[in-house]
Amino acid sequence: MKSRYWLATSVALIAALVPGMAWCAEPRGTGDLGIIIERAAGRAVLVETTTRTALGRFEGLGDLSHASAVFSRDGRFAFVFGRDGGLSKLDLLTGTVAARILQAGNSIGGAISQDGRLVAVSNYEPGGVRVFDSNSLAPVADIPAAWGVDGKRSRVVGLVDAPGQRFVFSLFDAGEIWIADLNNEISPAIRRVPDIGREPYDALITPDARYYVAGLFGEDGLALLDLWAPDQGVRRVLADYGRGEERLPVYKMPHLEGWAAAGDYLFVPGVGHHYVLAVDRRTWQEVARIPVHGQPVFAMARPDGRQVWVNFALPDSGVVQVIDVATLQVVQQLGPGRAVLHMEFTPRGEEVWISARDDNRVVVYDTGNFKPMAELSVEQPSGIFFSARANRMGM
Amino acid sequence: MSAGHGGEFRTRRGPAVPWLIAMVMLPVSAAGGADRMAELQALLRNDCGACHGITLQGGLGPALTPAALAGRSEEALRVVIRDGRPGTAMPPWQGQVSAADIDALVRILLTGGGNEIPVLAGD
Repeated sequence: MKSRYWLATSVALIAALVPGMAWCAEPRGTGDLGIIIERAAGRAVLVETTTRTALGRFEGLGDLSHASAVFSRDGRFAFVFGRDGGLSKLDLLTGTVAARILQAGNSIGGAISQDGRLVAVSNYEPGGVRVFDSNSLAPVADIPAAWGVDGKRSRVVGLVDAPGQRFVFSLFDAGEIWIADLNNEISPAIRRVPDIGREPYDALITPDARYYVAGLFGEDGLALLDLWAPDQGVRRVLADYGRGEERLPVYKMPHLEGWAAAGDYLFVPGVGHHYVLAVDRRTWQEVARIPVHGQPVFAMARPDGRQVWVNFALPDSGVVQVIDVATLQVVQQLGPGRAVLHMEFTPRGEEVWISARDDNRVVVYDTGNFKPMAELSVEQPSGIFFSARANRMGM
Repeated sequence: MSAGHGGEFRTRRGPAVPWLIAMVMLPVSAAGGADRMAELQALLRNDCGACHGITLQGGLGPALTPAALAGRSEEALRVVIRDGRPGTAMPPWQGQVSAADIDALVRILLTGGGNEIPVLAGD
């Protein structure tokens, strides 16, 4: 009795003496935590999905106008990749910024290695990938994306981790896919896959981490690389899918994520068109062309693969539609608010969080009955990232 | 905005319809100057900024700061915004903004309003 009393008192004293810690006296897990980017203010909001609440804010994260995040192996830290080349390590348990560096001039995204020891960032300027120690953020390797006869550096997109301690990424300007093997960190081994198609704008890796799929902007189609047989090069899929149709002006690049895979299909945006393409993952043939409200930006599957939620570029960015995968039909249309930028499912998919930038709110929907369950006040919200990503390859 | 007296919606000058049509066709910037400027500022940082960066220092698209645009003519910039750059990721914006809007955007870009775009809480 006495020892428990002293323990409780000393813990309470510590909690009282250290203001600003989001950390309770009671130990807690991070499995139901996540972050939401406040893109204009350079902040990230720490949120808890169980209670649908905000627990605190991380400040001073620089230019987050295009930001993404991955999570540490133990689920405790979020690594946020900022537009200005900032790389911030956020401690979800203490609510503090554990480390932060400015590693390039202009960046677009990042990944964490298979063993969790390395964090890689894909940079526009200077074009290439830089790799850092996930504990200290000390630099480990630099991979310039130099291509062509004059060795110009290409902007890098679609960076993902892959089994075998590899990172896979695409060169937008070069039309190439590179596979970097980081087993020898001092001197990564690079395999170049050239001529994959014009202007890969993003890429995903399937949840089993076997297929790397790059979307092309300079032409119709996808470039498919089987990581079990990289010697075979890329296979072109959905080539010329828009043939005979006029492409609309593309105001926002679509984004590809691993959650485009649902059941037997991959759901990809038709670039410059008002449809989502369903592709059979065994044959890589188009199965359906699902007409939707506008030009899709994200098509994200619920974790069980039964639904795909789609948001749109301007001028249609206030709408979200839900595709039922069993019937490949749109079954629901929602209006979470103006300028829907991102969506994220809870780990087992009973709810989805949706950001509406111009209404300064994030709305939480029940994915079973589509009812709004909660609304959080977030300033110009963009990306929403939950810690369950820590355990997924390619996330 | 009422076009005339109540009831049948007519003006002394004659049938309401052409008058109403004329009012609707007025450029938005003439009708709501300050509001439209705020909208254009938001467009610059959010929609142009999607590719050019929220501070217009570049991303998929090049930087649009005054330094980056030095020496470019207003007309050249107007054409790029209106017509895009075919074969690149820069789309034509003429369906989304009026000619007056484009003039205003070009002036903001050349004079550096882009860098001073305020971040307004609850904007």
